[in-house]
Amino acid sequence: MMFHYLLRRLFLLGFVFVALTIFAFSLGYLFPGDVLGNFTGLRNISPAEEIVLRQQLGLDQSYWQQYIYFNQRILDGNWALSFSSQQNVLDEIINVMPATLELASYALLLSLIVGIPLGIIAAVRKDKWLDKLISGLALVGYSIPIFWWALLLIMVFSLTLGWLPTSGRLSVLYEIPTMSGFMLPDILLSQVPYREEALVDAIRHLLLPAVVLATYPTTVMIRFTRESMLDVLEQNYIKTARAKGLTRLQVLYTHGLRNALLPVTRQVGLQFSTLITLAMITEVIFSWPGIGSWLIDGIYQRNFPAIQGGLLVVSSLVIAVNMFTEILHTMLNPLARKF
Amino acid sequence: MKSSGPFTAVVLLSILSSACQPVLPTTRVHGLVYCAEGSPESFNPQLVTSGTTIDAISQHLYDRLLDINPDSGELIPGLAQSWQISDDGLTYRFQLRQDVEFHQTSYFSPTRTMNADDVQFTFGRLLSVQHPFHQTATEYPYFDSVEWQQLVAKLTVIGPYEIEFTLSKPDSSFLSTLATDFAAILSAEYGAQLISHNTLADLDQLPVGTGPFLYRHYQKDVLIRYYRHPKYWRQLPAMEQLVIDIVPDNTKRIAKLLTHECDVAPIPRLAELSLLSKRDDFVIDAQTSMNVGYWAFNTRTPPFDQVKVRQALSYAINKSNILQAVYFGQAEPANSLLPPTSWAYDKNLNIQRYDPLLAKKLLAEAGYPEGFQMDIWAMPVQRLYNPNALKMAELIQADLAQIGVRAKIVSYEWNTFRRKLRLGEHDSVLIGWSADNADPDNFLRPLLSCAAAISGSNRANWCDENYDQLIAKAVHTPVLEERRAFYQQAQQYQAEQMPLVPIAHSKRFQVRSRNISGVRINPYGGINFTAAGKSL
Repeated sequence: MMFHYLLRRLFLLGFVFVALTIFAFSLGYLFPGDVLGNFTGLRNISPAEEIVLRQQLGLDQSYWQQYIYFNQRILDGNWALSFSSQQNVLDEIINVMPATLELASYALLLSLIVGIPLGIIAAVRKDKWLDKLISGLALVGYSIPIFWWALLLIMVFSLTLGWLPTSGRLSVLYEIPTMSGFMLPDILLSQVPYREEALVDAIRHLLLPAVVLATYPTTVMIRFTRESMLDVLEQNYIKTARAKGLTRLQVLYTHGLRNALLPVTRQVGLQFSTLITLAMITEVIFSWPGIGSWLIDGIYQRNFPAIQGGLLVVSSLVIAVNMFTEILHTMLNPLARKF
Repeated sequence: MKSSGPFTAVVLLSILSSACQPVLPTTRVHGLVYCAEGSPESFNPQLVTSGTTIDAISQHLYDRLLDINPDSGELIPGLAQSWQISDDGLTYRFQLRQDVEFHQTSYFSPTRTMNADDVQFTFGRLLSVQHPFHQTATEYPYFDSVEWQQLVAKLTVIGPYEIEFTLSKPDSSFLSTLATDFAAILSAEYGAQLISHNTLADLDQLPVGTGPFLYRHYQKDVLIRYYRHPKYWRQLPAMEQLVIDIVPDNTKRIAKLLTHECDVAPIPRLAELSLLSKRDDFVIDAQTSMNVGYWAFNTRTPPFDQVKVRQALSYAINKSNILQAVYFGQAEPANSLLPPTSWAYDKNLNIQRYDPLLAKKLLAEAGYPEGFQMDIWAMPVQRLYNPNALKMAELIQADLAQIGVRAKIVSYEWNTFRRKLRLGEHDSVLIGWSADNADPDNFLRPLLSCAAAISGSNRANWCDENYDQLIAKAVHTPVLEERRAFYQQAQQYQAEQMPLVPIAHSKRFQVRSRNISGVRINPYGGINFTAAGKSL
C-alpha cells in the first residue's frame, strides 16, 4: 500500500518536473534577445560558430526535439554560460547555493526551537495574559515587512551599537579554504591558526540575517502549534487521560505533543518556499553571497541564462522539499494515509 | 542592489543619531581592509586608465623606475638608482637596483632578481609588434595617449643593470611618464614561463611584480586578497595582509565604515562627508588632486575673440560663491590651470577678484556698454572637477545679469555635448580636466595649445603662438628651474589673455578609522598602504 502511495507521489513529481523544464525551455524563446545566446550564454557568436551551435542545439529541428536536447544538456551538467562571468551557470549555482541553504537551515532551526515551545505555552495558557502576549507578538512578527525589520536591526545592532557586522558571511581578513561551501563546517575543518576567532566572527555575521529570516516562520510555527495543540487538547482521549489521573505535564508530553506536532511537520515543508523567497530579500540586504542575491543580480544585469538556471534549481528544490515532507508526514501519521 | 533608498535613509539616520562608539574588533590587527568602489579591469596597469583599478592594483603589486615624492611632486629614485640624460635630451640611461626580488606566488617562483631584461620586457611590449605579448592586449590607453610608439625610438640593454631609452624627439615630461602608476615593471622570467605554458593572457590576470604586496586571490565583485611580499626591497609593510573589499554601493560602503568592517574607503559624495565628520572615530583625509574645473570661451566666436570681453566676464563671476554652492567648500579656488601642488605653479599670480564694476567698465571699453547675449554650456555629467555644472551655470547666469550680459544655459546628452563642443558650436562651456601625470605639460598643452585646438581638447579653440612657444620651450629644457620659469610665464600669459577662467581644483576624499595610520591620498597616483599601521 505504502509502495503504491510512493509511486503515485513520484509520478506527480515527474510530471511537475516536466512542466518546469518546459517552462524553463520556453524562456529561451520568451526572453528578449537572440535565442542562440539565451540558450548558450555565449556572446559575439561568429557566423561559423553559429552554424555549429544551431546544429548542436537542434534549432533547425522541431521544438520537441529542441526540448529533448535541452533536457539532455541539463542532465549532463552542460548548462548555459552566465552572460556576466562566462562561467557555467550550474557551477555558479553550486558555488552560491550552500550559503543560502546554510542561512535557511539555521533560520528554520531557530524558528522551530523558538516557535514550537512558545506555541505550546500559548495553547496551555489559552486566553491568559501570556497567551495574549505571545499571540500578539506573533501577529506583529507576521505582519512586519521583512526588509524594514532587517534595516531596523542593522540600525540598532550594527550602526548604532556597533556589535554586529552588516554584511557578508565572514570578515574578509580571514582566509578559509572552501571545502563544503558551508561556512561553519568549513571553518571547523580548516587548519588555520585563527580558527576559533573565525568561528566567532562567522557566528556574528550569521546572527542578524538568521534572526531576520527566522522571524516569519517562527510566527507561523507559534500560531500553528497553538492551534493544533488546542485542537488536540479538546480531544476525548486527552480528557480520558486526565481523568485517569495523569498530571497535566504527562498528558501534554505523552498524548498531546506527538499528535499536535504532526501537522507542524507538514507546515515545515509548506514554509520552505516562503523561506526561500524571504531568503532572497535577506541576502540582498545583508550582502549574503547566496543564490538569492546571485539571482537578483542576474535579473538586474538581464543575465537570462542565470535567471533560467536559477529558476530551475530553486523551483526544483522547493518542489522536492515539499514532496519529501509530505511523504514524511504520511509515514508518521496513519490517518493521513488515505490509500 | 541598485536602488538602496531605505538603506540610505537608515545609514544617514544612524550617522546622525549614534552617540555610542562601535566596539572595535580586538584581533585582526595584522590586516587592513580597503573598501573600493569597483572591481579592477585588469591586474596590469599598462592596460587601464581607470582610477578604481589603479587604486586597487598599482602601488601594491608593482614598482616603477622612478617615484614621485608626494609632498614636493619631485621625481625620486625607484627601481632605477640613478639616471643620466644626454645633452640633446634624446637618450635616457638608467642604472637599476640589484637587490630587487619578484613575488613568489603559487603560480610563479622567481630564480633571479630584477634586471635590465625585465625593464626591456616591460616597455618592449608597448613598443614592438614583435614582442610576444604585444598582441595579447588591444590597446595601452595611457601609453597611446602620450604617443609612446612615436616617442621612443629604441630600447637598449647596456649591461645587466643598465638600460637606455632613445627618444625620437626631446620630451622633458618623459621621466614623469615613467613615474606614473601605469609604468609598472613586470617580470621577463614570468613572461617566458607563460610563453612555455602557452597561457599568455595570465600576464595581465595573475600578476607578478616587485611591489610591497603579492597577489593571493581575486573574486570578481567580491574581494582581492594580497599578502605582504616578504622580500620587499624597501622597508617591509607593517600589514601582513591587505584586502580590497569591493563594495560598489556608496551607502553600504559607509555602513561598513561605521561598523569598522572597512578601515579605509574613498568617499565620492560631498554631502555624506559633513555627516561623517561629526563622528570622532573617523578621520577624513582631503587632498587637492590634479584636476581643474574651468569656464572656457570659444575664442573663435565674437565677442569672445576680444581679450577685454573675456577679462570682463572673468571679473563678473563670484568664485567664492560658486565654491560654496557647488563644491560645498571642498575645493580650492583656481587662478591657474595648474593646482597649487604642482611644482610649476606660479605663486605670484594675482587672485582673480570679484569686481562687477570693473567688468562693466571693461565691457564698455570693448564696445558693449549694454552687454550682449550668450550661451553657457553646462556639462550634463558629474565629475570630481565639477560636481554640478548646471548649478554652476545658474550662478554664473545670475552674476552676468548684473553686468547686463544675458546668458542662456544649454545642455545636451553627454556624447552629443562632446561632439558639438568639438565642432565649436558653443559660446562658452563649463567643463574640466583631470591630469594623468604630475607633469605641468599635461595641463597646459592639452587644454590650450594650437595642436589641442585641432584635436579637440582645447575647448577655448584658442591658438596663440606666444603661448605655444612658451610651453614648447619648457618641454625642450631639461633644467627644472628654467622649465619652471617658462611655465610661470605661460601661466601669466594665460591669466592676461583669459581664454578660459579656471574656477576650482576639487579635492579627493577618503575616510579612515582613527586607528589606521600612514595612509594618505597621493595626489599623483593610486593609494599606497606600504606605511600603513593599525593600532587597537
